Amino acid sequence: MSDRILGGASVVLAIFFIWAATQIELSFLSDPVGPKTFPIIIGVMVGVAGLVIMLRPDPEPQWPALGRILEIVAAVVVMVAYAELLPEIGFVIATAIAAAFLSWRLGAGPIQAVIAGIAISVGIYVIFHLILGLSLARGPFGF
Amino acid sequence: MDVFSSLADGFAVALTWQNLLLALLGCLLGTIIGALPGLGPSNGVAILIPLAFTLGLAATPALILLTSVYYGAMYGGRISSILLNIPGDEPAMMTTLDGYPMAMKGQAGEALAISGIASFIGSFFATWGLVFLAPQLVKVALLFGPAEYFALFALAFATLGGLASRNQAKAVLAAGLGLGIAMIGVDGQTGVPRFSFGEVHLYDGIHFLTAIVGLFALSEVFLFIEHRGQGGDENRSEKLKLGRILPPMKMLKDTSGAMARSTVLGFIAGVLPGAGASLGSFMAYALEKKVSDKKRTFGTGDPRGVAAPEAANNASAGGAMVPMLALGVPGSGTTAVLLAMLMALNITPGPLLFQKNPDVVWGLIAALFIGNVMLLLLNLPMVGLFVRVLMVPSKYLLPAVAMLSFVGIYGVSGSIFDLEVMILFGVLGWALRKLDVPLVPVVLGVLLGNQMEVNLRREMTISDGNWFSLIDSPLSIALWTVAIIGFLLPIIVGRYFRPKMADSDEMEIANPD
Repeated sequence: MSDRILGGASVVLAIFFIWAATQIELSFLSDPVGPKTFPIIIGVMVGVAGLVIMLRPDPEPQWPALGRILEIVAAVVVMVAYAELLPEIGFVIATAIAAAFLSWRLGAGPIQAVIAGIAISVGIYVIFHLILGLSLARGPFGF
Repeated sequence: MDVFSSLADGFAVALTWQNLLLALLGCLLGTIIGALPGLGPSNGVAILIPLAFTLGLAATPALILLTSVYYGAMYGGRISSILLNIPGDEPAMMTTLDGYPMAMKGQAGEALAISGIASFIGSFFATWGLVFLAPQLVKVALLFGPAEYFALFALAFATLGGLASRNQAKAVLAAGLGLGIAMIGVDGQTGVPRFSFGEVHLYDGIHFLTAIVGLFALSEVFLFIEHRGQGGDENRSEKLKLGRILPPMKMLKDTSGAMARSTVLGFIAGVLPGAGASLGSFMAYALEKKVSDKKRTFGTGDPRGVAAPEAANNASAGGAMVPMLALGVPGSGTTAVLLAMLMALNITPGPLLFQKNPDVVWGLIAALFIGNVMLLLLNLPMVGLFVRVLMVPSKYLLPAVAMLSFVGIYGVSGSIFDLEVMILFGVLGWALRKLDVPLVPVVLGVLLGNQMEVNLRREMTISDGNWFSLIDSPLSIALWTVAIIGFLLPIIVGRYFRPKMADSDEMEIANPD
């Protein structure tokens, strides 16, 4: 079933991609092929591959239980929040929180996770910012 | 011979303190990256690229650092295969078959030593292969016009799909996804935006480093979250006992044939685009089993079963450098990542690289020789050090990997948008791995998509829109023929290679090489 959905999604994606390719505006510069042709070829490729996958699916992969999928979703949410908050609260604090969360979800106890988060964050900060001079996001406290 | 004088010049480039230190650092990091389950050559190199950049390294030193990591990872993968029965990376899969039984028999030290020596032999001779084969390939490649390049890219995708994946349709889908992603952004030839839907951030396109780090490194984090608590980290320290660190002479003599055969096979697998180290080590083990398993000792701790895959996967790392340097078409996942770095440094690998920047090429090759000796020294007497690294549990390692990915991409672009695109690629990579869609074609597509299109359009401009000009030279006909055979043959003769490798569920966890 998963493969049928994958194949179907690929076909939809391919149709959308080809449609979007036909919408590309042409400029006064041009060459015999133009900016549309290659994307359309790719779209056809994806579409055909999607059809084949839909018609001849592989055995079903082992999907994780719902709880685990939710955990992955949670990890994604934390990462996006991390990216958004990075300029606001600075590298060290944001990284410590994100790393602690991931470490906790990968099986560390709460206290272990907090320590790991701080260690990872400060470690990266010291090595990459203080020693190697890489510029990391600065927060309100300057780090 | 001018190969030797070029090589001598290369040693002059490589033998500076900075380059030697970088090679040593790369070897150390590489062995650790290879040894740790969850980090393999491709994602290890991927998270290091942005860092190499932000350090402001020039092309040669950066390449020396990262290829040392690549070679080192091929050494390191065996350590956890032998001691823990968990491959440190995908190419080390086959090493578990005889390596772990040897460790169970109390021969862990011998197994590590013999596989270390096999690794050295494999990469030493493969680097010589690189020295002699790459310039020959360059001579052919100089005859290439745009039509031939277009055919060459098609060939890379075709053999990647044919040889290295279980389902051709999925390989095509993967390549198409990658190529499609490469199309996003302003068209270089006419200046019109494509697939950017009015989003300003997309005008520059999606940076391939963002895609690579997301697909290879972040997806790993999601896989580990999914598999938490299965086959955990417990009781590792008990298994990490070594014994002797040098193999008995007799064992060396017994395995020399296996090493020689596997080196050749591994090198060839490396040169073929798409075959890569995993396939090389699998074929080497299978061949060795056919040739020398007279007493049916393979699988029960036969040293030859350890030497063969290790010699092969290291040899294929050297082999994979050949098409990457000479043609600009990578032969494996990791060389695709290396290619990404060269492109980001505004260096285009290919025949012109040998003419314009011989110092980069030969300096790199010389550094590979030096690094290989360093690796042998690191991996024989000091293997105990790396064994201790294995005790770092994944619950601390993976968060660090994730954070390093963010630091790297932020360091290169400083853009929050790019970080979010990277997360998106992480999720995509996870889903594709679950669905058994190979990731290497995606990366290759993102990397090569624009060049492939440029070559197509250049040829069309030259021939004034005549599509048959794509197949009107003997060279391009030959390339297309190989591409079609490489894609179709596995369908016709049955999928011989991959299915047997893929028996275990661990495949999705292991890293592409």
